[in-house]
Amino acid sequence: MKKTFARKFEPARRKFLKQSAAIGGGLSVGFAVPGALAQKADGATEINAWVVIRPDDAIIIRYARSEMGQGSMTSAPMLVAEELECDWTRVKIEYASANANVKRKRAWGDMAAVGSRTIRNSQEYLRRAGATAREMLIAAAAQEWKVPASECSASASFITHGRSKRRLSFGKVADAASRLEAPKDVKLKDPKEWKLIGKSVKRIDIPDTVMGKQRFGIDVQLPGMLYAAIAQCPVFGGKVKSYDAAKVEGRRGIVKVLPMESFVAVVADNWWRAKEALRDVHIEWDIGTNGNVSSASLMEFYRGGLDAQDVATSRKDGDFDQAFASAAKKVEAEYYTPYLAHSCLEPMGCTAIVKDGRVDVWTSTQNAEASLAVAAGTAGVPLENVEVHRVQLGGGFGRRGGAQDFVRQGVAIAKAMEGTPVKMLWTREEDTQHDFYRPASLIRMRAALDDSGNPVAWYSRVASTSIFETLARVPLKRPFAPADGVDPQAVASLHDLPHAIPNVRIEYAQRTAHVPVGFWRTVGHSQNPFVRESFMDELASAAGKDPYEYRRALLAKSPKDLGILEATAKAAGWGQPLPAGVFRGIAQTEAYGSYTSAVAELSVNASGEVDIKRLVLGIDPGYAVNPDNIQAQMQGSAVFMLTAMFWGEITIKEGRVEQSNFHDYRMMRLREMPRIEVVLAPSGGFWGGVGEPGQASIAPAVCNAIFAATGKRVRSLPLKNHGLTLA
Amino acid sequence: MIELTVNGKKSSVDVEPEMPLLWVLRDVLDVKGPKFGCGIAQCGACTVHLNGEPVRSCSVPVSAAAGQKVLTIEGLAQRGQLHPVQKAWIDHEVPQCGYCQSGQIMAAVALLAKNRDPSDKDIDAAMTNICRCGTYARIRTAIHAAAKSTKSAKA
Repeated sequence: MKKTFARKFEPARRKFLKQSAAIGGGLSVGFAVPGALAQKADGATEINAWVVIRPDDAIIIRYARSEMGQGSMTSAPMLVAEELECDWTRVKIEYASANANVKRKRAWGDMAAVGSRTIRNSQEYLRRAGATAREMLIAAAAQEWKVPASECSASASFITHGRSKRRLSFGKVADAASRLEAPKDVKLKDPKEWKLIGKSVKRIDIPDTVMGKQRFGIDVQLPGMLYAAIAQCPVFGGKVKSYDAAKVEGRRGIVKVLPMESFVAVVADNWWRAKEALRDVHIEWDIGTNGNVSSASLMEFYRGGLDAQDVATSRKDGDFDQAFASAAKKVEAEYYTPYLAHSCLEPMGCTAIVKDGRVDVWTSTQNAEASLAVAAGTAGVPLENVEVHRVQLGGGFGRRGGAQDFVRQGVAIAKAMEGTPVKMLWTREEDTQHDFYRPASLIRMRAALDDSGNPVAWYSRVASTSIFETLARVPLKRPFAPADGVDPQAVASLHDLPHAIPNVRIEYAQRTAHVPVGFWRTVGHSQNPFVRESFMDELASAAGKDPYEYRRALLAKSPKDLGILEATAKAAGWGQPLPAGVFRGIAQTEAYGSYTSAVAELSVNASGEVDIKRLVLGIDPGYAVNPDNIQAQMQGSAVFMLTAMFWGEITIKEGRVEQSNFHDYRMMRLREMPRIEVVLAPSGGFWGGVGEPGQASIAPAVCNAIFAATGKRVRSLPLKNHGLTLA
Repeated sequence: MIELTVNGKKSSVDVEPEMPLLWVLRDVLDVKGPKFGCGIAQCGACTVHLNGEPVRSCSVPVSAAAGQKVLTIEGLAQRGQLHPVQKAWIDHEVPQCGYCQSGQIMAAVALLAKNRDPSDKDIDAAMTNICRCGTYARIRTAIHAAAKSTKSAKA
């Protein structure tokens, strides 16, 4: 019996396969304009949106998010393969088309690779897709054999009839299977039956990378393509007032100078010529009203939020004021974390062609659907007329998701050059100075201790610019916000403070500066755990208690937080004697559904060099899908956070960013890499993220160890401002 | 016309002598392995070999490469055989996003060509390329592994 699903979608399906072949089957992503290459008649059959099977038993599993080094291009298909019971060595992975996602009513769901959520948000439908396809393949084989499906099973891309031992490969029955009705309710495996999930599977994109064949957004090459370099108004929000391109007119290779609203583009026959010419285009900017803003004025602006009356209360347990007023001991502190740039090693860019009412975009994006929508809006064409061709991202870290400024610019340029493909690329300087920065945040902390040193009251007030309102333009309303007027990321790890403290009040003072803010890897958990867990250390110190035991007691009723704290402390040998001059610090947090803890062991010498002997990083992600990849994410998180906490600081002068490139916005190097030990302690029963949580506990653990070593409490980052550097 | 040999293949390019080698490779010769990261020789994503020496091609004018041999990641494998450094990079799952890795690999190959068994300190000194994803620990492990495999292959 033919199923309506297959018939209904057949034309679209064929078209999609054709298009997929044109933009590259498997992993070798090509850059031909769709339709330019004919598809080979390979007879591939789509079983469902996620699973395509070729007659030669190659299994194509579709991947909808974006690979930027986090490894989900491998681990998400592993979830499909686990239930499909296919031979993993014959699996090819293919990006799902953003255009087809529009036409097929979001058959692949959310395509965004943000918020460490690829696995945790899609694990169920991916496993279900694999199980559904498996059941259809089994049913098709059973029909051919005229036996009950219940007597057949699937393994390693073969269906076997138990009694007769007959075998058929997936490829042989794929076409018949695709015509069957998809079962509505499939049973997913018990985790104990998993064969692939939980194994360290080699990442599928690595060989291409190592051979220099990996194609990033910057590598797109199209026939007749031109190149664009752009200069944006150095003061955020400013506009082009006038420009003079006389000096570059007639210069070799220069095709056009385009004045856009907030930037000027030079289009040339190679990028270097465009970039060089741009330096000789004289641009007058209308900088607007922010030309006097400085880091100092911003600090005062945020400080105003600490004493303001117009604030929102995110959480209120008991009565903080009363408990604080009558407490035996009070601790108060102010913490600050700065603006940070993402600094993806591949600068922002976008290649586009606008032609005949259609737009094709090639860009390193964390959210292909958002890129598609922005491209359509910019070019003024329907969503159906846009394709966002998928490429590897040269880092993402949140920069390429919510903000699609680079797509808007790339498509605007391509529209001005209608019919000609144009590759727009930013310089590193543009990238550093036109980011959507991790927000600066000023936080007031207060706590009260009882006679035995236990905290009975906790208060935090955060003053910062809201990411969600700035970037996502989401109003800060319940139920999305923890309370009306509260940005959930701004109060992350404070609002959800898991410790047994009876009186808690968390407040948010929204202060909207002109510096654009955005999602920077680990977002609120990249900064607030530093505040929370450093302050927790201050309380332990005021109570005269061991910081690990102090936390343990407060987390007695939060088993997952407690579990990873204990596992990490145990692995680090907390309490064991250390060599003279070496000290420890500890911290613990939950982020993106995973529980983390960190122990730092370090010494600090007289010239302020922090020698990290050992960093023990614990994580409980519930289920660990690809353990080696989790190790890699934890190691990478350490580098990302150590870079930020030692050197990371974007400062503002005359309304503009002072830093410009890696000489003044410093990245950690290999020689500074400390020893990292990862404690992977999956306790099962839930699915946590792994791309971001690893960063959360590192800064407080290191700063608490610095306190242990020096008696000096660090309450603002980066550490370079305290005369401290990484040895 | 400027002549240069890229991965064993002679090419002549009609460009300004000051045009950086990186952009000649990428935009004129369509050799996309070397990447642009900073343009000021800070990050090393553009690392290629010029007569066997690692250079940051974003800051080398093409005129300086005239008549000379340029080796990029694309030319590293010989007769379909990956270089031991590439093999070690795969075995140890070094890359994350991978953007810096062609530069890292070229830097590591140059190090091992001079020093068949580098110490950690040698690696610290030679490997100054930026990896934003933070693959440094694995880069170190893979270099040691490549050194070991080369030694045992020759033994």
